[in-house]
Amino acid sequence: MRRLLAILLENEAGALSRVIGLFAQRNYNIETLNVAPTEDETLSRVTLSTTGDETRIEQITKHLNRLIEVVKVVDLTDGDHLERELMLIKVRAVADKREEVKRCCDIFRGQVIDVTSDAYTIQLAGTSEKLDAFIRALDETPILEVVRSGVSGIGRADKILSL
Amino acid sequence: MTERLSGGEMLIRALQDEGVEYVFGYPGGAVLHIYDAIFKQQRIEHILVRHEQAATHMADGYARSTGKPGVVLVTSGPGATNAVTGIATAYMDSTPIVVISGQVANEFIGSDAFQETDMVGVSRPVVKHSYLVRSAAEIPRIVKEAFYIACSGRPGPVVIDVPKDTTDPNVFFDYEYPESVSLRSYSPTTRGHSGQIKKAAGALLAAKRPVIYAGGGVIQGDAAGELTRLANRLGFPVTNTLMGLGGYPGDAEQFLGMLGMHGTFEANMAMHHADLIFAVGARFDDRVTNNPAKFAPDAKIVHLDVDPASISKIINADIPIVGPAAIVLAEIDRAVEAKLAADPDALDKRALADWRRRIEGWRNEHGLDHDQRHRKGLNGSLLPQQVVQSVYRATKGQAFVTSDVGQHQMFAAQYYKFDSPRRWINSGGLGTMGFGLPAAMGVQFAHPGAMVACITGEGSFMMNMQELSTCMQYALPIKIINLNNQALGMVKQWQDMQYGGRHSHSTYRDALPDFKALTESFGHVAYRVDQIDELDDVMADVFGARHKNDLVFVDAHIDPEEHVYPMAIKGGAMNDMVLERLDGRDDIRDDL
Repeated sequence: MRRLLAILLENEAGALSRVIGLFAQRNYNIETLNVAPTEDETLSRVTLSTTGDETRIEQITKHLNRLIEVVKVVDLTDGDHLERELMLIKVRAVADKREEVKRCCDIFRGQVIDVTSDAYTIQLAGTSEKLDAFIRALDETPILEVVRSGVSGIGRADKILSL
Repeated sequence: MTERLSGGEMLIRALQDEGVEYVFGYPGGAVLHIYDAIFKQQRIEHILVRHEQAATHMADGYARSTGKPGVVLVTSGPGATNAVTGIATAYMDSTPIVVISGQVANEFIGSDAFQETDMVGVSRPVVKHSYLVRSAAEIPRIVKEAFYIACSGRPGPVVIDVPKDTTDPNVFFDYEYPESVSLRSYSPTTRGHSGQIKKAAGALLAAKRPVIYAGGGVIQGDAAGELTRLANRLGFPVTNTLMGLGGYPGDAEQFLGMLGMHGTFEANMAMHHADLIFAVGARFDDRVTNNPAKFAPDAKIVHLDVDPASISKIINADIPIVGPAAIVLAEIDRAVEAKLAADPDALDKRALADWRRRIEGWRNEHGLDHDQRHRKGLNGSLLPQQVVQSVYRATKGQAFVTSDVGQHQMFAAQYYKFDSPRRWINSGGLGTMGFGLPAAMGVQFAHPGAMVACITGEGSFMMNMQELSTCMQYALPIKIINLNNQALGMVKQWQDMQYGGRHSHSTYRDALPDFKALTESFGHVAYRVDQIDELDDVMADVFGARHKNDLVFVDAHIDPEEHVYPMAIKGGAMNDMVLERLDGRDDIRDDL
């Protein structure tokens, strides 16, 4: 079962390596990882997607909480939440393909953010499934490069993760 | 008035303010400023070891026998990496030690400088926490936090990596030691949930076939008194893990001995047939449960631990309680007392009496004494069990006993009956050979007048025997009992039982030193014993007044064919045990 964990972490050198090290050390899986400082610059927020049954997620959560620099851990998938991922994708776009790629990009509400004579760089945000779907929709258009941010997540409505 | 101190001086001054008595260490380039600060003071005694691994085990032995944190100081690079085995040992057994490692100056970090190792990185999986000092001004706060983290909650090792520039003797700072620690992300549980405590008390009173299974958490949490009071009020049988021995009196009638892979027949049978298991400060280690899928099929599990991550990790707990063992046990005891006062029949005394009779039956059938009573070693040689029993008699059960890892460790755990906590000191979780001697040294430093015995084997002993020199320097009167079977006994036993007797690299019979001559060369006293008739006389002498101030080494030549029993059958339930050699002395079975 896929799970999305939100972690508040002391924004200190080495703190992230403890989180990642824990996953490697205990044979837990990291599917995606996203980290950046919050509005409070002493804190970093990590969104981490992983897989496992309930027992495993419980263990992961407990072991994360044991790390001194981990301030809070919440399993976002426990309740209603929003997920978004950002993708930058560079595709070959020549001749009549240019129009086709642009149309596909519009349908997915993406933006072309860089253009050359034979390529587009497209920015697309959404759930991971939407990004996957866009890649599939490009069909035979040659993909030159893909970079994805990993999932960011937040609880819906008045659910707030803070100190 | 604040003092002006250099970084190195602040570090040592902070250790003084923590009340540190001993620092176990080894100097080197990156820590020379710190060593100079040590030279200029009197309050902390530095013990010069012969190998950094031994320094960590000494600090560990000091910590385990006192409950106070042990302190280690090593240099960067090899000094730091040599300490890692000892840090991992402390981590697995949750003992509080603080390891200060030197580091190359901040400006050289990452340049592959001479004796540079990323110590924070290398030690990361085996520490409770670690620090890299970025500037000298942080030193007092970091030391304060390190000791607090090492000792609170579930204790564990903390590393402080100190770059050489932060200890510069020519740069001075205002020194002030913080009075308290404020860490928003770390607040260990200090009391149990009252609803869970009530539930636990109810479950205990309702039990008809209960067992209290108590581990190292009872020792580390200073909860032996509370455990004993509750167990005695309820009249419940108690078994200890390897780490928990001494948490309940070893000679009490209710005590079943150690449980697990080499636990007693009655302890393992009782666990398997129990209808309630109360786990206290124990973590259902694989050496205890055997196959978790077959573990205690009828038992309701009440699990008390200070570390939430230990609960329901291996075996699901029906009633989990997170909290410090001493406080929670006392609260459960009060709840039980109140219920019994209101209704003396709340406890099914008849069922309990039946249960204890059943356990007594198991004990009579295959208990340790039953096994030992009529046995003799091969060609009349000593049996290791007899040596441990002789040590027990000679010390009247009052010694601190450290051990290494292997058969001798199991014999010591089975046959030395510990009646109080912090007396039995061994590497249970990591299983570190070479632990015994330096741990005994740490214990002896902490308890100068006490009897300290290290029960070891020649394989383990040779892993840290350089410390005989340290013992000479500091005149430590440790008694080393070497159960010499001229082989890596436990490896050989597994090879006998599971590999058709093929002793792949587990013997070195013709390459052993003359241990008596070896220890005498360090100025110590040594005995060799191989006859049962001499055994008690030798031990009386060793632990007697005559050698009160001597380190004595006893090279006890034992039956090399002896195995440890009972032994759990791999993949089985707790009641699946091999109890004796199955085929005369040739104990060969391929199906285990």
